Amino acid sequence: MSVSPAPSPSPVASAPIAWRMPRIRLEGLPLFPIGILLVLVFAAVFADLIAPYNPEIGSLSQRFRPPVWSVGGSGEHLLGTDHIGRDVLSRLIFGARVSMVVGFMAVVFAGVVGTGLGILSGYLGGWVDQVIMRVTDTWLALPALTFAIFLAAIVGPSEFNIVIILGGVYWTRYARVVRGEVLSLKERDFVRLAIVAGCSKWKIMRQHLLPNVLNTAIVLATLMLGVVIVSEAALSFLGVGVPPPKPAWGLMLADGKKGLMAGYWWLTVFPGVCIVMMVLAANLLGDWLRVKLDPQLRQL
Amino acid sequence: MRRFVLRRVGYAVVSLFLLSVTIFLFVRVTGDPTVLLVEPGASQADLDALRHDLGLDRSLVVQYGTFVKGLVRGDFGKSFYYRTPVLELYLSRLPNSLLLAIAAMGFSLLIGIPSGIMAAVRVGGWWDSAGKLFALLGLSMPSFWVGLLLILFFSVYLGWLPSSGSGTVLHVLMPAFALGWYFAAAHMRLTRSSMLEVLGSEYVKLARLKGLPEIRVIAKHAFKNALIPVLTLAGINLVLMVNVAVVVETVFAWPGIGRLLYEGIAFRDFPVVQATVLLAGSMIVIVNLVVDLLYAVIDPRIRYER
Repeated sequence: MSVSPAPSPSPVASAPIAWRMPRIRLEGLPLFPIGILLVLVFAAVFADLIAPYNPEIGSLSQRFRPPVWSVGGSGEHLLGTDHIGRDVLSRLIFGARVSMVVGFMAVVFAGVVGTGLGILSGYLGGWVDQVIMRVTDTWLALPALTFAIFLAAIVGPSEFNIVIILGGVYWTRYARVVRGEVLSLKERDFVRLAIVAGCSKWKIMRQHLLPNVLNTAIVLATLMLGVVIVSEAALSFLGVGVPPPKPAWGLMLADGKKGLMAGYWWLTVFPGVCIVMMVLAANLLGDWLRVKLDPQLRQL
Repeated sequence: MRRFVLRRVGYAVVSLFLLSVTIFLFVRVTGDPTVLLVEPGASQADLDALRHDLGLDRSLVVQYGTFVKGLVRGDFGKSFYYRTPVLELYLSRLPNSLLLAIAAMGFSLLIGIPSGIMAAVRVGGWWDSAGKLFALLGLSMPSFWVGLLLILFFSVYLGWLPSSGSGTVLHVLMPAFALGWYFAAAHMRLTRSSMLEVLGSEYVKLARLKGLPEIRVIAKHAFKNALIPVLTLAGINLVLMVNVAVVVETVFAWPGIGRLLYEGIAFRDFPVVQATVLLAGSMIVIVNLVVDLLYAVIDPRIRYER
C-alpha cells in the first residue's frame, strides 16, 4: 500500500464521534411535503389540545352524522361521526399520532438493525457476510406484508408488536444497500490508514464507516416511512395491527367499510386521504433527500 | 454454466431451508404452539394429546425433521375450520388467485406500458410529468383504499358493478384494477427507463438515419427490445400478485389465497396461516431462481461472474 502524500488529519478522525450533519441549504426545500409532515406532526403532538372530542368514546345517538357541509351535517362534528358516534376529526387527529409513532419507530428500528448488520456484513466479510446475506436474501424473498401478517397473527395485535414486526420485516433493505456501500468504502484510503494506525475493527466500523453510510440510511429511512405506514394501515385494516378502540387510520378504514354500502363515504374517504397525504409527503421528501444527499443513489 | 447453476440452486435451497426454519421457530418461540394449533376451547386432555402427537416433548431438531418431512410429502396439516387438508384448500383457491392476478396484470400492463412509452418518447414533456405524478400516486395510494373508493363509486353511487364476491367478469374488474394499480406504476417506470436506454442506442440511431418514420422506429425497433426487462418484471410480479393480494381480496371478498390467509387469521386457523405464508415464500424463491437461470442462459456474462 503506497500513500505518498501524507493525508491531512481529517476532521472526521479527530472528532470524538463523527456525526457529520448533512448540510442542507434552505433554498429549494420541498415545501409541499414538509408542510404536510409539519401539519401531521403538529396534530400528533398536540392531539389532546386540538381534538374536539375523545377519539375513543362516542354517543350512540350521534351515529353516522355526515360532515358539516352535507345535508344533515352539523358544526358539532365537522367531519361527521362513525358507526358508534365517535367524532371522525378527533379520531383522525389522534390517528396521526399512532401513525407517526409506529411509522417512525419501525423505520428507526429497522434502520438500526439493518445498518448495523450491513456494516458488519460488508466490513467483516467471510462467513459473517455469508450468513447475514443469506438471511437477508431469504427475508427479502418473503412477501413483506404477508410475512408481517403472519407474525402479527402469532404475537397478537398491539402497537409495540407492530413496531417490532415491521422493523423486523423491513431491515433487509437497509442491510443490502449499506453492505454495498461498505464494500466500496473499506477499500478507500482512510479506512486502510485507520487499519495501519491500529484502530480496532469495532472502532473502524463505528467511527469511520457508520458516519459515511449514515446519509444513505437516512434517505432509505425516509423512503421506507411511506412503505411502513401503508403496511401498518393494512395490518390494522385486517385486524392484526393496532387494536381497537385506538384511532389508527387503517382501523378507521376497516370500520368505515361497515358503512360503505349504505353510502357513508366520509368514513372511507377521510382516513384514506390522511394515509395518502402522509405517504406522499414521505415519498416526495425521500426523493428530494436522495438527490440532495446521495448522488450515488440517484439512479436507484 | 454448471457451476453457476449449482451455486444458484444451492442458494435457493438455503433460502428455502432458512424460510422453513424461520416459520418453524417463530411458531414455537412465541408461545406454546399447541395453543395455536388446537381449536379454541379444547380441553386439557386434547392439549396433551396434541402435544404428544406433535412430539413437542422431543428436541427441536427432531421436531424440525418431522415438520420438513411433512412439508416434502405435501402434508401441511388440517384446517380446523374447513376440516380438510390445507393443501387441498390452497389448491382449490389457487385458480381464483391466478385469475385475479392475470386480470390485474392485464390492467397494469395496459396502463403501464403505453404511458411509459409516451413518457420516454416525450421526455420532460406533458406526458412525462403526468407519468411521474401517476407513478407517485401509484406508490402512495394503498391498493385497499383504491378498492374501497372503487366500491363507493361504481357499486354504491352508480350501481354498475358488484361490490364483492366472484363468478362473473364484472366481479373481477374492480379487484383486478385495485391490485394492478400499484404495479402499473412500477411497470410504467421500468418501461420508461428501458425505452430511454434503447432509444439512445446505436441501432435506433441507424434506423432513424435510414429515414424510417419515427413511429416505425419506436414501434418496431425500440419497443420490442425495451419490452424484455418489462416482461421479466411482469413475470415476477405475477407471482407476487398471487401472494400479496390479501388486503384487496379481503376488501372484495374475493375467494383467493389472500382471503384464505385472512380467514385463517380471523378464525385462528393456524395451519392455514402457516401453509399460506410458507408457500408464498417458496413460490417467490423459486421464481427468483428461474429468472436467474433464464438470464444466465440468455446472457453468458452472468454465468462467469463470481
